[in-house]
Amino acid sequence: MKGFEFFEPTTLAEASRLFAQEHAQLLAGGTDLVIGMKALTETPQSVISLQKIPGLDGITTEGDGISIGAMTKVREVELSADIQNHHTALAEGASEIGSIQIRNLATIGGNIAHASPAADTVAGLLVADAQVDIASADGERSVAIDELFTGPGQTVLAPGEIITRFRLPSPASGSHYIKHKIREVMDLAFIGVAAAVNLDNGTITDARIGLAAVAPTPIRATEAENLLRGNELTAELLQQAGEAAAAAASPISDLRCSAEHRKEMVDVLTRRTLQEAVARA
Amino acid sequence: MAKHPVSLKVNGDDYDLLIEPRKTLLAVLRDTIGLTGTKEGCSTGDCGACTVIVEGKAVTSCMVLGVTASGKEITTIEGLASDGELHPVQQAFINTGGYQCGFCTPGFIMASKALLDENPERSEEEFRHALGGNICRCTGYTKILEAVLKAAEEVQTSA
Repeated sequence: MKGFEFFEPTTLAEASRLFAQEHAQLLAGGTDLVIGMKALTETPQSVISLQKIPGLDGITTEGDGISIGAMTKVREVELSADIQNHHTALAEGASEIGSIQIRNLATIGGNIAHASPAADTVAGLLVADAQVDIASADGERSVAIDELFTGPGQTVLAPGEIITRFRLPSPASGSHYIKHKIREVMDLAFIGVAAAVNLDNGTITDARIGLAAVAPTPIRATEAENLLRGNELTAELLQQAGEAAAAAASPISDLRCSAEHRKEMVDVLTRRTLQEAVARA
Repeated sequence: MAKHPVSLKVNGDDYDLLIEPRKTLLAVLRDTIGLTGTKEGCSTGDCGACTVIVEGKAVTSCMVLGVTASGKEITTIEGLASDGELHPVQQAFINTGGYQCGFCTPGFIMASKALLDENPERSEEEFRHALGGNICRCTGYTKILEAVLKAAEEVQTSA
């Protein structure tokens, strides 16, 4: 690992000012950054720890909504009764990251800011319709999670901008996440699919589908969602929704699997997550 | 690069150190403090050999910068025995032969200890899954799992 200057600011304004400078990196849980610095794929001149800034950590309920601080450990997200009960897909996604030892370090803010299309918490946040609160020395703003990503490892965050919080509005009545993988634990997602639905007497009043690792950024399968809204989940509709979700995917072939396999599996996994989300609703 | 003052409480002892920010907690424990019971395996968080307990939570110490551990309480394999008595997990690993070359053993024991502290009432399948972040390249998993289940039983009956 190359040497760097280490900063531990106690305010967001100070952290933002330091982070706006060139060759600066934020340190949250370190599970991506420290490994990157060892591999020399990350060679920052300054590393700014967010650990000492108050208010960035913890899960709170606000009316029907839930707010998750960016520095909240992934393990805490996984084990939170509020998240398990109301945003099951997110809790399931969190439980799929690395090992317990890694989830005790890794933060949800880091998982999202790293902007991997395969991040395990992202599909759950997409179907929760999460708002991402962002702070900088110039003030605050908020963007919808599906507008945060611009490419692999890329976000709309400007230099000096820091994710502070995820705000989840009132939850869907049922949700589910499936990670397509080979190993039980310590694997990256071939594909991640989440679905969340609201039901009224068997009719789907709202549906959200989030797809990870099948496009340059995590995406919502909006056409599939539109097909579902206002209808009952028949076998025929399920098939149409799966096909529409697969059509929304633009995957690559890599060492994990081929693009063709990914597209096919988006169809299959969309149907499975939808069925489970409806069963839970 | 400037060194930073770091205060650690390791196995109950206080250490006031000056360390380079690029040193991992693993390196600080082994090279600066001299506690070499914690092992360096893959150094990328995949194998679990470097598992220590920080503030009650098992973490892979190869992924932690030592400077960020300042002010925290850390337990390593050297700190598990008390008054000459081995911890039930350590004793169970000995009794069942839950080790072969022994390199992964400290990590497995620390990860298991944290699991038992959190909740010893887990099924075999749950322990197996929860220990998925630890690798034994001798592949002595059967005896390791036996040891952990035995220790879980021990902890529950003595509680």
